[in-house]
Amino acid sequence: MAEDFNDPLDTETWELRLYVAGQTPKSVTAVANLRKYCEQHLKGRYKLEVVDLLVNPQLAEGDQILAIPTLVRKVPEPIRKIIGDLSNEEKVLVGLDVRPIISK
Amino acid sequence: MQENTLSRPAALPQLPKSPTGIEGLDEITEGGLPKGRPTLICGSAGCGKTLMGIEFLVRGIQEFDEPGVLMAFEETGEELAANVASLGFDLKDLQERKMLRVDHVHVDRSEIEETGEYDLEGLFIRLGYAIDSIGAKRVVLDTIESLFSGFPNQGVLRSEIRRLFRWLKDRGVTTVITAERGDGTLTRQGLEEYVSDCVILLDNRVIDQITTRRLRIVKYRGSTHGTNEYPYLITEDGISVLPVTSLRLEHEVSNNIVSSGIPALDEMFGRRGFYQGSSVLITGTAGTAKTTLASAFAEKICQQGQRCLFFAFEESPQQLIRNMGSVGIDLQTHVRENRLRIEASRPTLNGLEQHLVTLHRLVKEFRPDAVVIDPITNLITVGNVSEVRSMLTRLIDFLKVSGITAFFTALVNGGAGRAEMTEEGVSSLVDTWISVRDLEGIGERNRGLSILKSRGMAHSNQVREFIVTDHGIELLDVVLGPTGIVTGAGRLTQQLEEHAQTLAVQQEAERRDRELERRRRMLEANIANLRTEFESVEEELRQISTHEQSRQQALTTGKQRITAANPPAQTAPTPESGQ
Repeated sequence: MAEDFNDPLDTETWELRLYVAGQTPKSVTAVANLRKYCEQHLKGRYKLEVVDLLVNPQLAEGDQILAIPTLVRKVPEPIRKIIGDLSNEEKVLVGLDVRPIISK
Repeated sequence: MQENTLSRPAALPQLPKSPTGIEGLDEITEGGLPKGRPTLICGSAGCGKTLMGIEFLVRGIQEFDEPGVLMAFEETGEELAANVASLGFDLKDLQERKMLRVDHVHVDRSEIEETGEYDLEGLFIRLGYAIDSIGAKRVVLDTIESLFSGFPNQGVLRSEIRRLFRWLKDRGVTTVITAERGDGTLTRQGLEEYVSDCVILLDNRVIDQITTRRLRIVKYRGSTHGTNEYPYLITEDGISVLPVTSLRLEHEVSNNIVSSGIPALDEMFGRRGFYQGSSVLITGTAGTAKTTLASAFAEKICQQGQRCLFFAFEESPQQLIRNMGSVGIDLQTHVRENRLRIEASRPTLNGLEQHLVTLHRLVKEFRPDAVVIDPITNLITVGNVSEVRSMLTRLIDFLKVSGITAFFTALVNGGAGRAEMTEEGVSSLVDTWISVRDLEGIGERNRGLSILKSRGMAHSNQVREFIVTDHGIELLDVVLGPTGIVTGAGRLTQQLEEHAQTLAVQQEAERRDRELERRRRMLEANIANLRTEFESVEEELRQISTHEQSRQQALTTGKQRITAANPPAQTAPTPESGQ
């Protein structure tokens, strides 16, 4: 699930982790939304990990996950969390602090 | 409680309960918290909600072998472990033994952005994982209300919390949820509407600058429970809810007798002392030697090699030892040999409950055979009458159950009618009641002692005067005057009079003896006289007789001579001639 690209223009690789619990509609929507935003705005400089807590429940404690789905921005610091199915693009981008790339 | 005893013979199915192991709480809840259901513990800040939750888990592990999960929303695992370490709870060790799992849930609003729909499945998964990993039977959520500050969408949160409690119920774990008390409601976020099985309210109240914590079971679905407000304390061993023992009157009784320390006082009781494990109350006005009587009792206990715990609310140990030394009661030796322990403090030092707990703790630690409290009246400065009474009831019950002889003194205010009443009304609780009082006569005060009651044995009905001497308390013999028992100077007068009378009687007897002697001597002298007289007469008679004989003989000799000169006549009657 991880896609890794190195862009010489931007040294920083974004590390994102999305926590879901099984294939619920909310989770599926969230994964789809996130993929879309990343391809659009962070192409080539992000690392995405989707964690299914039904498979690995022990991982929930580490990132203090309560709500599902939760998107965690591990890098760059500081850690940010976005909860919900990520349906509002603007909010997600603000939350992740991503400058939207429109003119490309 | 009554309902319970009544329903017991019918053997109705009881709600399964999960004992908390918290001192006293299981008695009030009649067995513990509802098993497999959530219980809400609410209270204002500083009530010990978290502590009660942790103690529920730790005791569950230690005493009932039920692993537990603590989900902490406010403090981290390290902080919690440090907080309860002073109570002897080693959370680290329990975690290593896989009996306890602490999961700190950190919610920071600033880190969280909300977009779109979500639920709290993550919390469920975490909790479920924690429960499964150690097979937990008990769960504590401390304080779940913190979530309300972390998640903006209240609607989602509420429905999720409702689902969480349902889910916990379905999993069959006994859950304790703590919550902060709200304004006019039990909890700030109205959690009580989700948890309806058992609600315990903790309260921290300050009355007259003294804090007392109280606990009340607001509801307990499907079970009877104690409905009162029960004081509780946070002690060195965790939470202790009182009353611990006063719910029932079932205790073993002893037939042994302990001495009061004053032989003459023992004599006034039908069985020469108090029953062991009974409670003795001495009431009296100021300066009637109550403390001295109590000390005499304590000394006696120690002399028998038993242990005595002395609570002095008026004097320091040194002062008490010195003062009692002046009347020949040696407490110092017993203190040194660890048979006597004097605990002195002002009653206002602590709240009543704290006193009770101190007493409980010392009794457990020192294991005395007798406890002296001098005086219980001073406790009234700490609480109101009903509180003091309930505290003393519990105290007496506790000592009785432990088989410890209790000896209390109480100060009563003078005045004719009230002298035989104690302000605390404990007189109905005690087994033996001795009253000491001033017997004020003309120009003097004397101390009198009487037994008002003594359960289970006959006792003297006399008011005995007693004096405090250099070698302890002495009960004086009863002196009956023309108008009854007399005391003090009257007693002395009476004694003097009696002495004079005895003397007079004795002198009279002596006089009679002497008279008799005189008579005897006189008679004896007479007898001697008569005898002398008789002797002289006898001698005279004897002399006469001798003279007669010699005269006769001379006559006979003369006749013979004459016969010899003349021719002899042989038939001459010689003997007749002599007459």
